[in-house]
Amino acid sequence: MLKHHKKIEKNSILLLIFTVLVISVGGIVEILPLFRMETTIEPVKGVRPYSPLELAGYKIYIREGCYNCHSQQIRPLRDEVERYGHYSLAAESMYDFPFQWGSKRTGPDLARVGGKYSDEWHVQHLTHPQDLVPESIMPGYKHLAHRGADLDTIAEDMKVLRTIGVPYSDDMIKNARRDAYAQAADESDYHDGLEERYPKAVYRNFDGEVTTTEMDALVAYLQILGTLAELKNYHSAPTTMEASND
Amino acid sequence: MTDHKNNEVDQHSGTQTTGHEWDGIKELDTPMPRWWLLTFYVCIIWAVGYWYVYPAWPTFGGEGIRGGTVGASDWTSYKQLEESQAEIVARRAVYQSQFDSAPFAEIKQNEALFAFGMAGGKAAFGDNCATCHGTGGAGASGYPNLNDDDWLWGGTIEDIYTTIRYGIRANHEETRYSEMPAFSEMLDADDIDVIADYVVKTSAGAADAGSSTGAEAFAENCAACHGDTLKGMHDFGAPNLSDSLWLYGSSKDDIVAQIKKPKHGLMPSWEGRLDASTIRQLALYVHSLGGGEE
Repeated sequence: MLKHHKKIEKNSILLLIFTVLVISVGGIVEILPLFRMETTIEPVKGVRPYSPLELAGYKIYIREGCYNCHSQQIRPLRDEVERYGHYSLAAESMYDFPFQWGSKRTGPDLARVGGKYSDEWHVQHLTHPQDLVPESIMPGYKHLAHRGADLDTIAEDMKVLRTIGVPYSDDMIKNARRDAYAQAADESDYHDGLEERYPKAVYRNFDGEVTTTEMDALVAYLQILGTLAELKNYHSAPTTMEASND
Repeated sequence: MTDHKNNEVDQHSGTQTTGHEWDGIKELDTPMPRWWLLTFYVCIIWAVGYWYVYPAWPTFGGEGIRGGTVGASDWTSYKQLEESQAEIVARRAVYQSQFDSAPFAEIKQNEALFAFGMAGGKAAFGDNCATCHGTGGAGASGYPNLNDDDWLWGGTIEDIYTTIRYGIRANHEETRYSEMPAFSEMLDADDIDVIADYVVKTSAGAADAGSSTGAEAFAENCAACHGDTLKGMHDFGAPNLSDSLWLYGSSKDDIVAQIKKPKHGLMPSWEGRLDASTIRQLALYVHSLGGGEE
């Protein structure tokens, strides 16, 4: 066989054909599972795309590199489930592009941090973590409180996400800017529409300031994390999975 | 590539060459070490066995939990989790149902149940409460100290249990709720100043006659919630103003600020996030920190 290899090496067309064949094996092994993606996403109710303000917060989360120290993935291991709650499902991050599973926990996992602390706590903690947790090594992000959230282009972001499969409707994109400002206000005429488009959205003035800041957006995002999927009666076993889907 | 017609052996190393030569430099054809080759083959055999025992390959049909081969062992990480959790549940079972059904008074009498609740409470406190109330429960500005005997909403185990379960100003129908009005809209600065003066002096223990206008203004505006003697009222979560313990600072400026535009803390509701037994364990633990009322 090794003798025949010489022929391949000396015939460029033959070499090309065999190279393509070998590479395509690797390609198939990597690409084929993607066509079966739907089998890896568990059917679970409640997961929806981010509201515009939450999406703005998600972008800040990425910009500030939060994922470098915080994971968003509770693994199905006893100690993690005991500490953080129900293990994460693939469905819970199916609208994250890119997903924020992270690979390092210098700080705690944030997959279910939503609702765990008050808004005020988040604002104080993001401003200067050591005020609340003296032993913390997290840096402060007080600049977020002084920067207006970039909500003028958030509809464009949503359009882009729609092209890669996030089900934003025309209605959602049309109202994006208004929804974003409404979500960061204690009182607004647009809260009903916001809630209709994004069930379970929490709307209030997150940072207590008049303007809608990046702090508002980030806290809105943090407060929704892990709260959307309905996991109360969720079972992973194949027989009950059907039941949890109805 | 090895030229098998070539049998030239390099004199220095005693190894066969490939027969390739560049400007007099020849390439040795050193064979793979045997241990390396063996390890390589063993790995391949191992992989085949692994594919057989564990879920490994995606399939086009619908079989398997995730549209792939299931493997002879029928292993999933979810099952593994269930098994390891069952182990803990079994270990806890010795006390669990007894703890869940016994009233707090009985638990405090029963040494084993008390130890069980305290152990669970301590772990849950570290994960969930310490972030705001501090590792030892000493609190921070705006987050109450749980070690002292000053309680906003009551310090019996039952009161603490209710607070943890439903939260304060939280997103729960049963949550404890109260809001001090912003007096900047109702009183002028002088009145607020007089009241703050009165509160500061009373809190410091000096009840001199000089603050009689302050006492009057206090009785008129504040006593309905904070009480005539400034002791506060648990029913409204109105803090005791007669002691030296302050949530938002003890200076006169702090107190003026709080009268003008009060800050209100929010304690999340833990029902749903923590199971019922854990909330009871937490109540027991917090009550035991030092200031629990009977």
